[in-house]
Amino acid sequence: MVKFDTIRETTREPARAPDLQTTSLPVKVQVERFSFYYGAVRVLHEITLSFPRNQVTALIGPSGCGKTTLLRAINRMNDLIPDTRAEGRILLDGENIYDPQVDVVRLRRRVGMVFQRSNPFPKTIFENVAYGLRVNGLVRNRRELQERVEESLRQAALWDEVKDRLHESALALSGGQQQRLCIARALAVRPEVLLLDEPASALDPIATEKIEELIAELKRHYTIIIVTHNMQQAARVSDYTAFLWMGHLVEFNQTEKLFTVPREKLTEDYLTGRFG
Amino acid sequence: MTVAPRTESPSASLIASRWEIFWERFREQVPIGLLALASSLIVAMLGIILGNIAWNGIGQLSWEFLTTAPRAGMTEGGIFPAIFGTVALVILMTIAAVPIGVATAVYLREFVPGSNLAYAWARARAARRWRERLIGFGHVVEILFARATRAAVNNLAGVPSIVFGLFGLGFFVQFIGGSIDRLFYGGELTYGQPAILWAALTLALLTLPVVIVSTDEALRAVPRELREASLALGATRWQTIWHIVLPEALPGILTGAILAVSRGAGEVAPVLFTGAAYFLPYLPSRLNDQFMELGYHVFILSTQSPDVEKTKPLLYGTVLVLLALTFALNAVGVLIRTRVRRRLRARS
Repeated sequence: MVKFDTIRETTREPARAPDLQTTSLPVKVQVERFSFYYGAVRVLHEITLSFPRNQVTALIGPSGCGKTTLLRAINRMNDLIPDTRAEGRILLDGENIYDPQVDVVRLRRRVGMVFQRSNPFPKTIFENVAYGLRVNGLVRNRRELQERVEESLRQAALWDEVKDRLHESALALSGGQQQRLCIARALAVRPEVLLLDEPASALDPIATEKIEELIAELKRHYTIIIVTHNMQQAARVSDYTAFLWMGHLVEFNQTEKLFTVPREKLTEDYLTGRFG
Repeated sequence: MTVAPRTESPSASLIASRWEIFWERFREQVPIGLLALASSLIVAMLGIILGNIAWNGIGQLSWEFLTTAPRAGMTEGGIFPAIFGTVALVILMTIAAVPIGVATAVYLREFVPGSNLAYAWARARAARRWRERLIGFGHVVEILFARATRAAVNNLAGVPSIVFGLFGLGFFVQFIGGSIDRLFYGGELTYGQPAILWAALTLALLTLPVVIVSTDEALRAVPRELREASLALGATRWQTIWHIVLPEALPGILTGAILAVSRGAGEVAPVLFTGAAYFLPYLPSRLNDQFMELGYHVFILSTQSPDVEKTKPLLYGTVLVLLALTFALNAVGVLIRTRVRRRLRARS
C-alpha cells in the first residue's frame, strides 16, 4: 500500500525562490510551494513562481521535467487524470484555485488552454468557435453569437481564410489553421489567462511563424503562459522564462537575461545543449 | 590457438531422388491439408445449411405467406402474426435495453473516479480533514460499485438463455405482474400472465451486456483531446458528454443496439415462458397481450404439427425469413461500423 505520510516528509531541499524583481509588474498567477503527484511519484517539487500580467512567460526544460504538468495545473486540467494529487497553492488574482470551494468550470472559463495537438471538434468551423459561448451561456441571441465568433476568428488571424466556409467541417482545415482555430475557440469565451502547450510543435515553420506573431499580438489583452521544447521559440516569443529540471524550478528570469547570463550552471548547460 | 581449415568435401549430396522429394512434400503437405479441411468443414456446413434452407424455402416465399395468418392447424397460410410479433417484441426490447445499457456504460466510463482501488483507499486514509476523508471513502465505494457492476455485466453475458426465461417467468410475470394485479386490478389476472411486455423485458436483460460493452467501447474510442478541449472551455462534465462525447460515440452505440436486436430477434428460450403464444387469432395491441414469434413458430412447426409433410414447406419459409431478418440487421450494424472507421481514419 502507498504511504503518503512518508512521501510528504521527503522534501529534500527548500524551494528555490526566484530572486527576480517582478514587483514592478502586477502578478496574474502566483504559484506557491506547489507539488504534484502521479500516484506516489512526485513530479513537481514545491514550485514557487509568479507569472506577470499581460506578459508572455515560457516554461522550458527537458522532456519529463514537469513543465506541461505545471501548465495543466493552472486550469486544473490534471484533475482529469485519475490517481493524482496536488499540494500547495496556485493563486489567480489572489484566489487559491485549489481551494475546495472553487468551481473548476468558472476557473477554466477564466484560464483558457490550447493543446499540443490541434483538437478541433468534429463540427463546423463556426460551431467550434461558438461552442464555448453556447455552453457558458455567454450570448443572448444569434446576432451576438455571430459577432463574437467573427471577433474571435479575427483575433486568431484566421477570419480572412475561413470567412467563406464557416459552415464547413473544421477537420478540412490545414494543421496550422486548425491550431489557430483552437486559439480562436479559446479566445471566444474571453479568458484572462491563455495556456499554450507546445502550440507549434506539430506545425511547419511558416505556420509556426504565424502562431508566434499571434502570440505577440495577443499579449496586449491576455496573460500568456507557453510550454515549449524549442529554445529559440522561447527566446523569440517570451518576456520571461522559467527553466524546470526534474520537477524543480531551477531558474526564473527575464528571457533576455536567462538566455544571455544564466545564473545557474544547470541552466547554462541546458541552453548550450550539454544535455536535454 | 589454431583453427582447423574447413574441408571442402560436402557431407551429403544436394540431389535427392524423386521418391525422396515426393515423400518430403507429402510429409509437409498433409498437416496443412488437415488444417484446411477443418476450416473448410465450417464453410461447408454453413453452405449446406444456408443452401438447403434457401433452396427449399425460397419457393414458399410469397406475398400471401408474408401477410396472412396460419390456417388449418398450421398446415396452410402464412406467418404474418409471427413477423409482426417479432418486430414488436424487438422494438419494445430496444426501448428497454438501450437507455439502461447506455446509461450504465456512460456512468462506468465517464463518472467513476480513477480505477486504482489501493490508491483511493490509501488516499482516503491519509486525508487529514474529515471532509476530504469522507470524499475519499466515497470514491472507494464508487470504485467498488463500478467493479461489481462490470463483473455483473460479464457474468450476465454467460448465463444460458433458458435461465433468463425462467427468471422472467418468476420475476416479471409472477412477482411484478402479480403485484400489479393485486394492487391495481383487485387480483384479477391482467398483468400477472405471460405478455409481450414481460417477454421484451426478459429479452432486454439478455441483450443488456451487448449494449453496455459496445457503448463502453465506443466511449473509450472518443479521443481524450476532445473531452479536454471541451472542459478547458468551461463546459461542465455533463455538457461535455452530451454535446461532444455522445455524438462522437453515437455510431458505435447504434452498432451495439443493432447487434443486440439481431441477437434478441433469434432467441426463443427467454420468450418461451414469458409471452410467446402457440397461436393467436389476433395481433397483439396492448402491452399485456401475448404474441407469436418467429423462432418460437419454427419450434412449433417442427414439433407440434398434426401433419409433418404438409408443414415442411412452411417451416422452410419461416426459417428463411428469420435468417434473412437477422442477417439484414447484422449487415446494417457492420455497415455503420465501417462508416465510422472511415470517418475516424479520415480525421487522423
